[in-house]
Amino acid sequence: MTWYIVRRFLQMIPVFLGATLLVYFLVFSLPGDATAAICGDRGCTPAVVAGLREQYNLDEPFFIQYLLYLKGVLTFDLGTNFSGRPIATIIAEVFPTTAKLALMALVLEAVFGIVFGLVAGLRKGKLFDSSVLVLSLVVIAVPIFVLGFLMQFLIGVKLQWTNPTVSGDATFTELILPAVVLGLVSFAYVLRLTRTSIIENVNADYVRTATAKGLSRKRVVVVHVLRNSLIPVVTFLGADLGALMGGAIVTEGIFNVNGVGNTLYRAVLNGDGPMVVSIVTFLILIFVLANLLVDLLYAWLDPRIRYA
Amino acid sequence: MRYTRSSTMLSVAAIAVLALSACGSDTDSSSDGGGGGDTEAVIVVDGSEPQNPLIPTSTNEVGGGAILDLVFAGLVSYDADGKSQNEVAESIETEDAQNYTITLKEGQTFTNGDPVTANSFVDAWNYGAAAKNAQLSSYFFESIEGYDEASAEGSTVETMSGLEVVDDQTFTVKLAQPESDWPLRLGYSAFYPLPAVAFEDTAAFGENPIGNGPYMFASDGAWQHNQQIELVPNDEYEGPQEAQNGGVTFKIYQNDTTAYQDLISDNLDVLKTIPTSDIKNFKNDLGERSIESPYAGNQTIAIPYYLPNWDGEAGKLRRQALSMAINRDEITEVIFSNGREPAKEFTAPVLDGFNPDLPGSENLEFNPDEAKKLWEQAEELEPYDESEPLTIGYNADKGDHKTWIEAVVNNIKNNLDIEVSGKPYATFKEARTDATDEKLTGALRSGWQADYPSLYNFLGPIHATGAGSNDSRYSNPEFDEKLTEGLAAESVEEGNEMMNEAQEMILEDLPAIPLWYQVAQGGWSNNVDGVEFGWNGVPLYYAITGK
Repeated sequence: MTWYIVRRFLQMIPVFLGATLLVYFLVFSLPGDATAAICGDRGCTPAVVAGLREQYNLDEPFFIQYLLYLKGVLTFDLGTNFSGRPIATIIAEVFPTTAKLALMALVLEAVFGIVFGLVAGLRKGKLFDSSVLVLSLVVIAVPIFVLGFLMQFLIGVKLQWTNPTVSGDATFTELILPAVVLGLVSFAYVLRLTRTSIIENVNADYVRTATAKGLSRKRVVVVHVLRNSLIPVVTFLGADLGALMGGAIVTEGIFNVNGVGNTLYRAVLNGDGPMVVSIVTFLILIFVLANLLVDLLYAWLDPRIRYA
Repeated sequence: MRYTRSSTMLSVAAIAVLALSACGSDTDSSSDGGGGGDTEAVIVVDGSEPQNPLIPTSTNEVGGGAILDLVFAGLVSYDADGKSQNEVAESIETEDAQNYTITLKEGQTFTNGDPVTANSFVDAWNYGAAAKNAQLSSYFFESIEGYDEASAEGSTVETMSGLEVVDDQTFTVKLAQPESDWPLRLGYSAFYPLPAVAFEDTAAFGENPIGNGPYMFASDGAWQHNQQIELVPNDEYEGPQEAQNGGVTFKIYQNDTTAYQDLISDNLDVLKTIPTSDIKNFKNDLGERSIESPYAGNQTIAIPYYLPNWDGEAGKLRRQALSMAINRDEITEVIFSNGREPAKEFTAPVLDGFNPDLPGSENLEFNPDEAKKLWEQAEELEPYDESEPLTIGYNADKGDHKTWIEAVVNNIKNNLDIEVSGKPYATFKEARTDATDEKLTGALRSGWQADYPSLYNFLGPIHATGAGSNDSRYSNPEFDEKLTEGLAAESVEEGNEMMNEAQEMILEDLPAIPLWYQVAQGGWSNNVDGVEFGWNGVPLYYAITGK
């Protein structure tokens, strides 16, 4: 088990190198000169452009630029973005907010998705099941920004239960609405996954055996049906954490959350290579860690799975 | 960029007392001048994240500019109508429009207690111009003698020979050639003074700037990046721009649509730009709390001369035809709900010297029959190369240009029967790079917002030979000469005459096709009063009071 975890961590090194190289290359290949974004409408004098290119290593060929960046990373210096701010500081500012938002969304979608899915699965074909299915279909079909603006307008502007936007402090109560919007689509998927999985397992032999043994209905459902049905759901949730962290661009935009998605979006527009690569690398690390966690959860959910 | 105010002189004694009592953020003193509104209220306004450290010479965009204009005061300032008036300057004197003697008012201080002296200006300007500091706004000093040496690539010269300090209150400026409108520029943020501490650690200073303006940072770290910037009144400041409120907090938004939701739920006090999606209903939503105020900005389409179809005599006729094929009245009415004003020339109506009836302005009027005729004349001279159909480029990342570009494209298509299409650039920088490298394959939209209220600011930097923003690569020696003459004119009025004569040339040649003038559309919440917009489309933040 320990060896397995160590091996997985070692595997992260080539993932890190490959991902940074690839992303750096993609940003490098974006059309347009990065100094043009800094200089704006008015443009700068050639001397200023030359100064900027030197300051951000833009005058070097691609591979040297990448190696300089890598050297910085290995000495714990991520450099500065095109506004002259340390990238490490920016990441420290925005990651906690987005992590909070993503975790809240994940908890919401997991709890509600599994509970609703379980109930729907056990009452297959009944009214509750059918209405939940229709509802989840609607949620999946309607684009997320429509839902976002709609909920912002109803709850924030009309009912005034909460502020329409999130302040700089990004408190727990402020983040509830964005988290609901962010987790909504995944909630529908979790619900449907759980439901299907439950329906499959409810008729399995071991469940009939458990019932025949005289176990209470509650124990049969929770310990035998649900636990075995969670494997696909956990896989989905693990992958979803990464998506929630990096894919919150739309939701963060609607609710003015100062998070990873917004920062990444701006950095891409400005061709700010080191900034984009640093954020994406962090996201990749989170993704890899989440996947490792999922793999370890498998063993707990299904004792037949062993790692060595 | 913008601002308004003149200031009264403080006596040395008063300053000494104020300096001793120092600068707390309590605001119960001074400023009862308002119309009975609550002068203690903190006003929350929308802002965008400054893209650079808050150093006057390295700020070239509106997000940072709005902050600098409140935190600093320049030699002159602009009132709400764009009239220039002395601010920190006691006098700006010249006899030949080339040698200026600038005297400062006595007793002016920065908020750290340092006096504002001649060196505060001269050092700041030299810093801004020197190549080794790579300041984004360095070209604003180009008129000053010695700029070329200091700003040349790789130059180690750190001072401009044209600047000379006479004593603490006086310095002289020698320009490379006579320019009568030069003092007009001195209210732009690049010309603000800096205290000595700024040069010790510019990066730290850019995070927590110390100025001499009507407001100052509430505390170190008042700039919470991408969240908000908190300003409180500077009690030592005295002048017409004195704060009528207990502070201004800029809340930073990623997009206007979100800010608008905050505005209509009274979580934001002032919004300076109504999002495109709400243009049609903001007057309904806000009623009395909405404003439309023209400002010194315009929108044009530049057509490069290096494109085969658009050079020479035939090219000129085609440009005129194109211009006459565009129905500006209809587009401004339908798409912008009259939130733009059809252009009559190349500058903006709020400026001194603006003349909507210049000869040649008929080229900007919708006239499909004449357009067709002109196009046919061009065809006779030189047939249109259909293998290179016209495109109109725009950046799709900021601003909502797609809708109006499509309307313009349809106008041209229908009225001239030629193939035209819009060409979206994914990012602004991509469009700028193509323009700078002369790689445009079609026309490019370009918006211009005045830095200082002068006709020249809309002509020289865009249409003079070799100018930084001359996307069309227009080059007309007569036009250049007229501009130089206009700058050297003895009075601003006389200069304006010549600027307009220069405009007549480009109204014929149309290096770019003027479309419309910008109108600021904004609104405010139920919590504030006294919202007014200045000549540059920025609200007069200091005049806003609580209710």
